[in-house]
Amino acid sequence: MTSFLTRRRLQGGVTGFAVAALVLTTAACGGTTRGEEETTAGGDAAASANPDAEIPEGLAVGFLPKQVNNPYFSVASAGAEAATGEFSGEYTETGPSEASASSQVSYINTLSQQGTDVILTSANDPNAICSALDQARSAGSSVVTFDSDTDPECRDVFINQATTEGIAQTQVDLIAEQTGGQGQVAILSATANATNQNTWIAAMEEYAAAEHPGLEFVATVYGDDEDEKSFQETQGLLQTYPDLAGIISPTTVGIAAAARYLSGSEFKGQVALTGLGTPNQMREYVQDGTVQSFALWNPEDLGYLAAYAGAALAAGQITGAEGETFEAGELGEYTVGADGVVVLGDPTVFTAENIGDFDF
Amino acid sequence: MAVDTPPATPAGQAGAQRPPAASRLRLLGSGDAVITFVLVLFLLVAALSVEGFASARNTGFLLLDVVVIVLIALPLTLVIVTGEIDLSVASTVGLSSAVMGQLWFAGLPLETVIPLCLLLGAVLGAVNGFFVTRLGLPSLAVTIGTLALYRGLAFVVLGDRAVADFPRSWTTWAISTIGGTGIPVVVVPLLVLVLVTAVVLHATPVGRSLYAMGNSEDAARFSGIDVGRTKFWLFVVTGVVSALGGVYWTLRYGSARADNAQGLELQVIAAILLGGVSIFGGRGGLLGVLAGALLLGSVRNALQLENVPADVLNIVTGGLLVVAVVAPQVAGWVRSRTRPRPAGPPNAPPARPAPDTRPSTDPAVQVPADQRGNR
Repeated sequence: MTSFLTRRRLQGGVTGFAVAALVLTTAACGGTTRGEEETTAGGDAAASANPDAEIPEGLAVGFLPKQVNNPYFSVASAGAEAATGEFSGEYTETGPSEASASSQVSYINTLSQQGTDVILTSANDPNAICSALDQARSAGSSVVTFDSDTDPECRDVFINQATTEGIAQTQVDLIAEQTGGQGQVAILSATANATNQNTWIAAMEEYAAAEHPGLEFVATVYGDDEDEKSFQETQGLLQTYPDLAGIISPTTVGIAAAARYLSGSEFKGQVALTGLGTPNQMREYVQDGTVQSFALWNPEDLGYLAAYAGAALAAGQITGAEGETFEAGELGEYTVGADGVVVLGDPTVFTAENIGDFDF
Repeated sequence: MAVDTPPATPAGQAGAQRPPAASRLRLLGSGDAVITFVLVLFLLVAALSVEGFASARNTGFLLLDVVVIVLIALPLTLVIVTGEIDLSVASTVGLSSAVMGQLWFAGLPLETVIPLCLLLGAVLGAVNGFFVTRLGLPSLAVTIGTLALYRGLAFVVLGDRAVADFPRSWTTWAISTIGGTGIPVVVVPLLVLVLVTAVVLHATPVGRSLYAMGNSEDAARFSGIDVGRTKFWLFVVTGVVSALGGVYWTLRYGSARADNAQGLELQVIAAILLGGVSIFGGRGGLLGVLAGALLLGSVRNALQLENVPADVLNIVTGGLLVVAVVAPQVAGWVRSRTRPRPAGPPNAPPARPAPDTRPSTDPAVQVPADQRGNR
């Protein structure tokens, strides 16, 4: 038997490869580099919208979440289905079993092939599903993204669940209400480099300084969206700041962990807690008096609004241009903002009175 | 030993050395023929009963979904025929996608980035090949390790970012179709690769030596085949082709991400096994693999059009795979009951359900004369 991989053969292979690479490189000297490419040839001359157009009956509405079997999207789907029922459309829910960027593409293709009029989707990747959405749109579908947007060129309208200002103001107003607008406040965040968390925290401090000057933000700690760590950070906060009046945790993991700590401690009912949480996680702490109120956008409303926006697009009431308005059933009238963004509105506030109405 | 069973030939070609009656039986039972028949049958049924299935547009969607699976299945079939496995192919796709994104982001022209990615694929494949052939480690263990390692490196390179500003002319080419046929342009180069692989596997001494290795490595070695070197280069080729898959994946979705093609290795292996290739090596053909990949893709496509939920879809494709593995065993059992086996030595081990996967210990029987001394 000859020796494994003779040296000459190895050299030959490597040289061959290097030569091939070199030839390819030089052949394309001054090849395609980043940043030199065409800018996109601006959107189509916007078809004009007719605000008085009727939503046609039997619109086929397809709902494509990031993945199936995700409770958040199940609730959003229920909202979209309810809206579709109101305007007498046909509703289908589909989606991949894993939340990967590419797995949504074949589902978009399927919806397009089925002749779906309205595609409602939350993107796993802002770009990977773009070409599929473009093909679906040129085949006649209207595309509405919600929760997670794509590149604005690839969809007609994006339903934004909440603005930074809306989220920040709601939470600061809640803590001000619970503490009487006076005292030390700490923030329990997710990770130190979570972009959305940091944006919200900055907006909260700015808003509080202007509207609730009695609130003093003494610390921001990071529970890394881990239950145990968030629990310990809460404990640490209360030892460091014995006069703490309240905690804001703008993350669902953090607020649940903080509530669990408070409910088993001497601070229960003494230190206020609010933030962004889901009703199912927070139910027991609202009922035992640890937490008075917290907030989150309502995913059911999100799906409901997305379906109505899709129907308005399909009917020609809107085209996705700034300033157009449409009716979204019981949620009332909405206006399309810049870049085709529609904002759902302020987060829903959950209290002992209304928490029983929500299941997500 | 069963002298009339030359395991060094693929099941579909075994007829030449067999009595005609047995040859017909063998052909009917071969993975290639059965799976191709099932595919044709399924396409007919789906075309007639699933609305929107038989259209140029849908054909394009379907083919685009299986292009990368077929591409990677080509070299991986050869690897599996030799009795080895490479589970790191999808992670190689991910890592080459991530590197492609990072190099493009750094300002290198695509014409340089792509060869570099293929070179990277060669290195990744060579690492697998080194551990398996030089250090003699089992390929299953080695490539489970590199599956995690290469995916991890992909995240080191690109993190959770995505690079997406690839030139539109390239990304639209990746999904463009030939005229109004709905057939993607990339199918043409893919078909060339399929033909090359089929010729290598089924019509050259190299191909026959792969079956020989899969049936009995010792016998192959005694007959003068350099098993280690052949396998090493197979791993390198698998790495290069997987990296090519990563480049295409990136352009097709217009997005370089570290988690691209996560879990794809299982889809590729499923297509290969469904195509009648034995996971123990030594048996199977490329036509079957092609049919297996197309069948899995068509079933998914048709069931999606019928609004079958994703969970049920996974159950169906999983069940299909189990049937594909069990059916030949049952067929072999039925055959062994209905047809007395040719006389063998009395101490021959009990017939395994799939008779020609059994390695022969006699090198003279094992390897056809034309391969001796051939490497």
